[in-house]
Amino acid sequence: MKTLIRNMSPRGDAADEDLSGHPSDIPLAVHDLTVAYHRKPVIWDVDLDIPEGKLVGIVGPNGAGKSTLMKACLDLIPKTSGEVAIYGKSYRSQRRMVGYVPQRESVDWDFPVSALDVVAMGTYRQLGWLRPVGRKQKRQAMEALEQVGIGHLAKRQIRQLSGGQQQRVFLARALAQDAKVYFMDEPFAAVDAATEEAIVRLLRTLNERGKTCLVVHHDLATVSSYFDWLVLLNMRVVASGPTKEVFTAANLEKTYGGHLSLIDDALRALRNVVE
Amino acid sequence: MWWNRSSVPLLLALLTMPCAASEEGFDWTDVLFLRTHNTWVVVLSTAALGVAAGMVGSFLLLRKRSLMGDALSHATLPGIGIAFAVMSVAGGDAKCLPGLLLGATVSGVLGLLVMLGIGRTTRLRDDVAMGLVLSVFFGLGVAVLGMVQRLPDAAGLESFIYGKPASIVLADFHWIVSLAGIVTVVSVLLFKEFKLLCFDDGFASSQGWPVLVLDVLLLGMVTAVTVIGLQAVGLILIIAFLITPPAAARFWTDHLPTMALLSAVIGGISGWLGASISALTPDLPAGGVIVVVAAAVFLLSMFLAPARGVIGRWLRHARLRQKIGRQHLLRGAYEILEVDQSRSGAPDNHAFPRGELQGKRTWTPRELGRILRREARRGHIEELADGRLRLTEEGFGEAARITRNHRLWEMYLVTHADIAPSHVDRDADMVEHVLEADLVQRLEAALRKQGAWVPQPRSPHRI
Repeated sequence: MKTLIRNMSPRGDAADEDLSGHPSDIPLAVHDLTVAYHRKPVIWDVDLDIPEGKLVGIVGPNGAGKSTLMKACLDLIPKTSGEVAIYGKSYRSQRRMVGYVPQRESVDWDFPVSALDVVAMGTYRQLGWLRPVGRKQKRQAMEALEQVGIGHLAKRQIRQLSGGQQQRVFLARALAQDAKVYFMDEPFAAVDAATEEAIVRLLRTLNERGKTCLVVHHDLATVSSYFDWLVLLNMRVVASGPTKEVFTAANLEKTYGGHLSLIDDALRALRNVVE
Repeated sequence: MWWNRSSVPLLLALLTMPCAASEEGFDWTDVLFLRTHNTWVVVLSTAALGVAAGMVGSFLLLRKRSLMGDALSHATLPGIGIAFAVMSVAGGDAKCLPGLLLGATVSGVLGLLVMLGIGRTTRLRDDVAMGLVLSVFFGLGVAVLGMVQRLPDAAGLESFIYGKPASIVLADFHWIVSLAGIVTVVSVLLFKEFKLLCFDDGFASSQGWPVLVLDVLLLGMVTAVTVIGLQAVGLILIIAFLITPPAAARFWTDHLPTMALLSAVIGGISGWLGASISALTPDLPAGGVIVVVAAAVFLLSMFLAPARGVIGRWLRHARLRQKIGRQHLLRGAYEILEVDQSRSGAPDNHAFPRGELQGKRTWTPRELGRILRREARRGHIEELADGRLRLTEEGFGEAARITRNHRLWEMYLVTHADIAPSHVDRDADMVEHVLEADLVQRLEAALRKQGAWVPQPRSPHRI
């Protein structure tokens, strides 16, 4: 019964199983993580320690397991082996510390809700079972929408928003969660310039407030200007560390090796950065 | 073990008790021929069923699990047959409704578990799992019904397949209304949770909501609606009762609470009307009538709903097309006048041959004729006796305004979006037709800041 109650608790304040040996000041520690779909490993033996207060870019070719890594950290898919610690404890007991921005295509945007409704979903956990959204949650959601610059679209049905605005709604929902670590799955995918700018500004603001943001990212050209910590992933962790040290030609070749067309892009991007 | 062999008959007796109690109060012939209060018993229980089905159906539809609901309802049949056989052998009232419904529930849940199990443990897609469960369980049910036909009292069992609301008696009414009430109340209480589940189950799960438990709860309520709807509409048609009302409601609103409420109302009204019509004309089977009424509401909604309905969308489209035609015509005319007057400053209004306008765009003579007639009716343009065309005073002003908007937008694209002047015409074409007054003002402001402002800008490309 106790486990049942714990499993059903949306607040994440359930009793904790201790994870041994993970320091509690590290927002994300991944140890020996392997995830396989139908016996085929997608990520293999991943080890990561992400220090607090960093803007972390997770970069790698298509199919490198970037989203899988994120989902496994958030218990959204089963881990084949290994463990993940958020501030030294299992994700289950640290949920309220974590905000999540899924990929935009993961939902049906022709859903009968307004932008504000979606953002308010970020407050559901603090509400718990049965209690409806009240004035306080609405205000919280409105503030989050204003932070991403689309407060004037609060009443809009979400289908009537542009792709970039939809992405900002998702970001605002994570903001309304008021977390310490944010997991963002490709927030920059197919957004307009204004949205990209708004997201970068938001990342900076979160960073100034001491939050840690992990961002799955695709565009190598912007990596070094957006992120101060970089994880290069291709099934395994190729490199992880401060962007200045990790973002090198050799590392990129190791990450993108075998994807010949991408190598050129990667090297060109690197040259742009160096010049 | 808390149960043993001797407790089974006791359990059965408990289940058959409400049936035994119900037989005391009134005369069976009245019930059979719908003469007295049974009419309202039937109508009210069908309406209550409709409300619950509409409510739960909203979430089933948005969770995109409609087919799963269908498989679930088909999976109840073997349970009905087996429950009947067990109760018959045990010597109770073999057609006691709560007993049959319990059997239906058990077998429905079993079908559901098999469905989820196939999905989770194999690589088969969901639709295969649903197809398998639907057909196998239904086939099994038909076989079981065939076998129990020989038992006494078995006549009428197959009415669960197509439904037969006339068989609803007062005791059933109590069951149906209370279960429908519970389902409706639970849907309202868990509204926020179901909304999150249907919109974004991944996010829900990341927040710690037990997605599987919520899904099971939702499908459990679908099972409850199916089971209490067995008598009224039968297990084949119940899915229409679950899906049609929310699908109809969706056309009218983008607001989930409104949609659920509307869906419940549509469900309730369909049940009410369908059962009444069928009671008045005994030859019409109620299940079918109820579904037809719901489908009629759906069709009306699909065509008439202003926001998402077919006619509304078509009208908006036609209006936009007309507007675009008008703007092209007036701008074409204005540019003809402009070319004629290009040296002496602002153009003045004079007549021009129709052929020139025809050459401005790729419209067929018939198309042009249609637009011309419409604009003539609006008093924007007139055809002179010699066949030439001339803008009216009002038309000339409108043409100048439209041309100005077009040019403003073109200038903006050239100066702000780095689009080559030779390509700008077509890009501007797409947007200018939807330019609102407020946007025009912002355009003017942006251009004025750039120093690119002119009262009527010249075209940045050759006309």
